[in-house]
Amino acid sequence: MIYLELFWSFFQIGLFSIGGGYAAMPLIQNQVVDIHPWLTMTQFADIMTIAEMTPGPIAINSATFVGIQVAGLPGAVIATVGCVFPSCVIVMTLAYIYYRFRGLNMVQGILAGLRPAVIAMIASAGISLLIMAFYGQRTLPNDLTSLDVTAVIIFTFGIFVLRKWKPNPLWVMVGSGVVGIIMYSLV
Amino acid sequence: MLINIERTAFLEVNSLQKYKKLFFSTFELSACTFGGGFVIIPLMRKKFVEELGWIEEDEMMDLTAIAQSSPGAIAVNASILVGYHVAGFPGAMLTVLGTILPPLIIISIISMFYQAFRDNAIVNMAMAGMLCGVAAVICDVVINMAKTIFQKKRLLPVIVMLGSFVAVRFFSVNIIVIILVCGVIGAADTWHQGKMRKVGDKR
Repeated sequence: MIYLELFWSFFQIGLFSIGGGYAAMPLIQNQVVDIHPWLTMTQFADIMTIAEMTPGPIAINSATFVGIQVAGLPGAVIATVGCVFPSCVIVMTLAYIYYRFRGLNMVQGILAGLRPAVIAMIASAGISLLIMAFYGQRTLPNDLTSLDVTAVIIFTFGIFVLRKWKPNPLWVMVGSGVVGIIMYSLV
Repeated sequence: MLINIERTAFLEVNSLQKYKKLFFSTFELSACTFGGGFVIIPLMRKKFVEELGWIEEDEMMDLTAIAQSSPGAIAVNASILVGYHVAGFPGAMLTVLGTILPPLIIISIISMFYQAFRDNAIVNMAMAGMLCGVAAVICDVVINMAKTIFQKKRLLPVIVMLGSFVAVRFFSVNIIVIILVCGVIGAADTWHQGKMRKVGDKR
């Protein structure tokens, strides 16, 4: 039952992505590329790029995209609902506890413990995307020198600009796209 | 004074009006929030604290803390809290709907054209370039986040960070397992620190 599988996968993504934003990325990769054959790594890289360019949380954007690819519009709705369902239950429960007792010392302690792990997982998913950008495939090839030099230049320039001037990431994305069109048409 | 009168007047407006306002406010915020994550918090503050006066300033801080501490997207969590706070359970359902509809609509349209979009040579070049941009943005985020861990000058978080990285990258350990284990470590650490503090107080 594809709808149930979609719901369950995105339920888990919603339940375990703690820390917002990019924290959902490794979980999405895990569920839709590794566990289920729903997206190829290229499609996953595409949806991360599209998610960054369009409004809305990454998890919701990918839920809609994966849902549509796998089971059409009903699939998109079911995946999205699955994704926000854990939030609805947990956030309302926490709000209740919070207003009742004020202060969430233990919850904050657990979060502090999770933070380093979340960073590590984002780093790992980021490396997967980087390999995709440099080599056009999921895993490192045997010949490490076969990389896409243009991609390396755009990446290096992007990280330099981000570290130095701290612009809105959206502009770095748009800039990378424009530079990509120019450089790849010249090569 | 004038603001107060306006506020009371607003509270008396029938609830249908209030539901409408809740839905369209979150819809608008979600449709205009690029980059996701934390960006939506200051925008929500502006809308619900300054503009509508539905939430107190420090209440908004509390809601932000809960939104961050809960699983799921921060934008979704924050809108659930705002809706719940303003109009209870139906309010929360409305704000969730308002938050997820814009991305649902936009991504649905994009994925309908995805294949044609992907086969276009220029789009392909742009996507290849933008993927490098995404990788750079994520790299930047990771550097900033890792810095805060090293700045704590405690060994445990650094070990957890490096250990998790090795586990997920080189041993493909299930991410959910790592989250559960690190949650337990965090809880044990908090409990231990609390105990140490108590012992210190007694002395």
